[in-house]
Amino acid sequence: MASTAAVSPALLEQAMSIAPVPPEHWLIVAPVLVPLAGGAALIALRHRPGAGRALVGRLSILLLALTLAANIGLFLMVVEKGALTMVMGRWLPPFGIAFTADRLGAAFSLSAAAIALLAAIFTRGEAGTGAPAYGPEPFHLLLLAGVSGAFLTGDIFNLYVWFEVLLIASFGLLALGPDRAELDGALKYGFLNLAGTTLFLVAVGLVYGVTGTLNMADLAMRLPAMEGVPAVTLAALFLFAFSMKAAAFPVQFWLPAAYHTPRASTAALFAALLTKVGVYAMLRVLVMLMPAPLEELSLLIAAIAAATMLFGGLGVLAERDLRRLPGFVLISGIGTMLAGIALHSPGGATGAIFYGLQSMALMLALYLALFEAARLAGTPDLMKGGGLYARHPLFSGLVLALFFAAAGLPPFSGFWPKALIVKAALDIGAWWLAGAVLLSGFFLTVGLARAYMLAFWHPQRPPAPVGRGPQTGQAALSARPQKLALTTILPLAVAALAVIGFGLFPERLLQLSGDAASGLADPAAYVGSVFPGAKP
Amino acid sequence: MELTFLALLTPFIAALFAPALTRVLGARAAFVLVLAPILSFARLLTYLPDVMAGEKVTGGFAWVPSFNLSYSWYLDGLSLTFALLVTGIGALIVLYAGAYLKGHPQQGRFFAFLLAFMGAMLGLVVSDSFLMLFIHWELTSITSFLLIGFDHERQASRRAALTALAVTGGGGLFLLAGLMFLWNITGVTQFSLLLMLGDDLRSSPFYMALFGLIAMAAFTKSAQFPFHFWLPNAMAAPTPVSAYLHSATMVKAGVFLLMRLNPVMGGTPLWTIVLPVVGGVTLIAGTVMALRQRDMKLVLAQTTVASLGLLVMLTGFGTEKALEAAVLYLLAHALFKGALFMVAGQVDHGAGSRDLTEVSGLYRAMPLTGAAAGLAALSMIGFMPFAGFLAKEEIYAALSSGSPRDLLFLMTAFAGNVLMGAAALHAGISPFRGRLKAPVAHPHEGPFGLLAGPVLLSLAGLAAGVASGQFHRAFGNPMASAVAGHPVEMTISGVPHAGLPFALSVVTIAAAAWLFSRIGRVQQNARALIDALGPGPDRAFDTALDGLTRMAHGLVRRVQSGRLEHYLVVTLLCLGLTLLLSLALQGEMPRWPALGAAIPPAEALVLLLALTGVGVVLVASDRLTAIVALGIQGFAVGLIYLLYGAPDLAFTQFMVETLAVVILTLVMTRLNLKGADHRGTGERLVDGAVAVLAAAGLGLLMLKMLEGSFDGRLSDFFNLYSRTVAHGANVVNVIIVDFRGTDTLGEISVVLVTGLAILALIRLRAVAGRRRLADNDPADAEEQA
Repeated sequence: MASTAAVSPALLEQAMSIAPVPPEHWLIVAPVLVPLAGGAALIALRHRPGAGRALVGRLSILLLALTLAANIGLFLMVVEKGALTMVMGRWLPPFGIAFTADRLGAAFSLSAAAIALLAAIFTRGEAGTGAPAYGPEPFHLLLLAGVSGAFLTGDIFNLYVWFEVLLIASFGLLALGPDRAELDGALKYGFLNLAGTTLFLVAVGLVYGVTGTLNMADLAMRLPAMEGVPAVTLAALFLFAFSMKAAAFPVQFWLPAAYHTPRASTAALFAALLTKVGVYAMLRVLVMLMPAPLEELSLLIAAIAAATMLFGGLGVLAERDLRRLPGFVLISGIGTMLAGIALHSPGGATGAIFYGLQSMALMLALYLALFEAARLAGTPDLMKGGGLYARHPLFSGLVLALFFAAAGLPPFSGFWPKALIVKAALDIGAWWLAGAVLLSGFFLTVGLARAYMLAFWHPQRPPAPVGRGPQTGQAALSARPQKLALTTILPLAVAALAVIGFGLFPERLLQLSGDAASGLADPAAYVGSVFPGAKP
Repeated sequence: MELTFLALLTPFIAALFAPALTRVLGARAAFVLVLAPILSFARLLTYLPDVMAGEKVTGGFAWVPSFNLSYSWYLDGLSLTFALLVTGIGALIVLYAGAYLKGHPQQGRFFAFLLAFMGAMLGLVVSDSFLMLFIHWELTSITSFLLIGFDHERQASRRAALTALAVTGGGGLFLLAGLMFLWNITGVTQFSLLLMLGDDLRSSPFYMALFGLIAMAAFTKSAQFPFHFWLPNAMAAPTPVSAYLHSATMVKAGVFLLMRLNPVMGGTPLWTIVLPVVGGVTLIAGTVMALRQRDMKLVLAQTTVASLGLLVMLTGFGTEKALEAAVLYLLAHALFKGALFMVAGQVDHGAGSRDLTEVSGLYRAMPLTGAAAGLAALSMIGFMPFAGFLAKEEIYAALSSGSPRDLLFLMTAFAGNVLMGAAALHAGISPFRGRLKAPVAHPHEGPFGLLAGPVLLSLAGLAAGVASGQFHRAFGNPMASAVAGHPVEMTISGVPHAGLPFALSVVTIAAAAWLFSRIGRVQQNARALIDALGPGPDRAFDTALDGLTRMAHGLVRRVQSGRLEHYLVVTLLCLGLTLLLSLALQGEMPRWPALGAAIPPAEALVLLLALTGVGVVLVASDRLTAIVALGIQGFAVGLIYLLYGAPDLAFTQFMVETLAVVILTLVMTRLNLKGADHRGTGERLVDGAVAVLAAAGLGLLMLKMLEGSFDGRLSDFFNLYSRTVAHGANVVNVIIVDFRGTDTLGEISVVLVTGLAILALIRLRAVAGRRRLADNDPADAEEQA
């Protein structure tokens, strides 16, 4: 206390935010704080004797519901008041770490929380694969903490920290699985993602070396004005690192190698959230902070986008495994979002953001549904199962809607962003990019329809004779009950409703995406919330 | 306006409730569900007087204003007539389906799909906004997919559904691109505005691309050669579907699109050459294929292909008369073809087969059906005074100006009509004349639901011809005016009047009858001709899809090789190329730094140490040496930190390096790894080159960054405030726990999660190890390659 008095109030005012924090501003960090603290608490609780697992499961849902509520509050506040900032430890930016929630971050964080809650509900009905003390719940919460942190932080190094948190949480989830295929997937996932994250760290270091700051609002003011710096190459390095996180072609390897291996809820959570973080980071860092270098790279990004879309589409055509199928849908969607970013126009960015938001619900539902389908059919192999349409008509109808949404057919949610991006591409004469979007949509349509016929329409095939070797897994699958639990149907139905709802009534989401995109193109509000009175 | 909106929505609403209703009422649900199309029809009919008077009715509301999209309708002669056809025939089809699929366990689902299709088709034709048309267009493809695959346990149904979806869905993508193009070129998003534009589109430099996109959309949807093959395949669907989607309504969507755009896109050389030629080829191909068939439905399906060709040919021909002919033929076709398809279903239902070699002489057992079939067939061959006669007269009148081009298409139309007439007689007359033959013992007439459709439609065809004046006023003229873009008055009537067209009509009918009298021989010839031509687009589609799938499979397998080394090499190669190319192409290469005497001896020593470590790693013969050497390199880096005044960092580095060496040694020596590097020389060289490339990229970028001066604002701040405000003497500590404490919080949770993950890995793996080790599905084999 004594030494505080030694500092003159004027000096203190330059270092710290003295004014009391309005209580509602705690909502800015609540989406990170609640799951982070909750995850730690669940780890502490996991060894409680008796119904430890059940308690942990129930608590995790409660905590995720709380996180969702905080996110809803934050989202409404941001929509009403615009971008909001809270500084950590009261240290003023750019010296301390700032959390800044704008429409983009708040919307992504809100969707992530909703997705995590749905996945957790699904987990409750999943057959436990491991020892009760190693359930996925704490990892789910910490994963969400990392994801929300990435969406809400206003500091580029802090963004890296959240990348690490979500990476290690996801790695932990992969490592929970019982067999070698999972470990193999986890290894590839871990190595390649670590490489991507490290490259991101290198890029952050270089940016700090160039600008002397890590605060994103500060960067938004300084970076564009700097001369003599390798801005384009820096942007290229960021692009590379984020492409690895987002699984863009040709650095998508880890996704098809790993995403089919864990339990359904884990795979669904990954598919819904992790790659989106990569895309989000591109939007935040490249679109908002480095618009001029992005312009230089737009042709490269467009080429990557086209390759990614087509690779994903071809992967869907080629795939015979129900659990791997959605991974390629996911990849082709990444390509679509990259196409939106490459266009470097309001329409393109709006399309990318819209796609990202709706794709969270879509990918969650698609993964849950197809893993469930593999379970019901007794095998993930398209050529061996079958008969689902006859046995589970409602479930099959749901999957069909998801397939059409994934292929970008109207009137489902996937259509609008594609239409936006096609329009935006034609607007600037990039007809080949528009063509790639449409062609990948064609591949997806045919590939998914084919898969649907084989797994759903085709009459049930006789089960393969149970013997040693490869069949044991299949026998284990078919031994499980052929029923759909409420905890399975509920998350699926909610996500599917979102997909159909956003398909029929896209206006709200479209407006939100448009506002978020213009917040990136002109970050005045974002900067203003961090540095009141500053001009970008 | 609300009522109209409701009328457009009614089929969808009915579709939602159809399964539940059918569960309660069974097949009788049809009598309730039929109210949906009837109500829509009634509402739309109220617009008829306005439209007859030449007015255009528009309405709607904003749907997605941010995307300039409204839910809006545009009712003129073209769309209203189509809408009445869709709902009118739709009502009969719902009744028909109620009887046809009576007792089918999935009848409710069928009603739902059928009504959803109806809503989609209705929305398609009345759409004012481009995107609304597209959305409904795709919805018709989707519902058609579901209906064709309705009998989903049959291989043929599944294949047909996939073919139809691929062709019409693929065409839909052309349509989306085309509509976006229209929007870009003209700046409008609605047909009502587009149609006022005059010659803007025709003179646009993008006309050719636009035409290509629109034509592709129309050709795929309306089954033009060589995309026609999906339509006969689609006959795998239950007969009500064939009658409704694949003859009367959906397949005409492509023709509808061309007619809709004719006022602003028609008349150009491209339009008047491509459309008639494609249509003409489709006409002839369709008729020849029709004569080959024995299945009533397939005969009819192929004549539908031919008819669609005729319609495209006439729409593209470029004269007002040809457009009139197209309009008349379209209407007549919807009536007689719908009736004939329903007859085919009737025969199948009542006599047990629709193979024309298996059934005959049914006129006594099924008199009403036979009468309907006869009337419809007469209309189809253009017998007066049926609607088909009006159309045929108008076609010949339109093509008989005498120019060489007219003559060519006149001959095409004549040949097509003769062959199609023979097929019509075969399908409409053969089952009923001659000696009684049927697979079932007692062929019988169907119930009311099955009869209403064919009888009413065939009578409507007769009525249209008899009351041609009223027919023209109500439908023909408004529709032809809408297609032409200016008022058109039709005069053709069911009463014959001497002239070339009439003479041609008579010859057509005579020739068709002659061919019909020797139908066996004709069929043989048709079959021989088609066999001689070799495999068609149907087979080609299979081959193409198969090839594409195989190619995709190969590509994915090659890319996802399952080897982590491969993944890392590609990743680093891409990294190196990205950075180096960017540095070089963007002029961001660093200046070569001045080296030499400037390096102090201490630093040079450390540098040498690091290089030695790396060098030893490269040449080390066993793993232990390599691990230790890597540790040396790490310690050297730690020394550099020390030299530059960061002792905390240096000690952390020392700690990490020490631990890394210990852990790696422990792990590596416990694993039974081969001592030597398993890579060959070539592979090692490639790996080395990739490593150098990536390192060069990162190194050069770093050098470039170091050219600038460092902005030490943050360091200054931390130095200034860490003792005075944060009460910490060690700046690094204060940064970690205070200034950037949030980062540390995140990192702590990383450590926590890592620990838990490792624990789980050890504990669970131990359990799993006792249970079973390898549990991979064969599908996972790829990852183990």
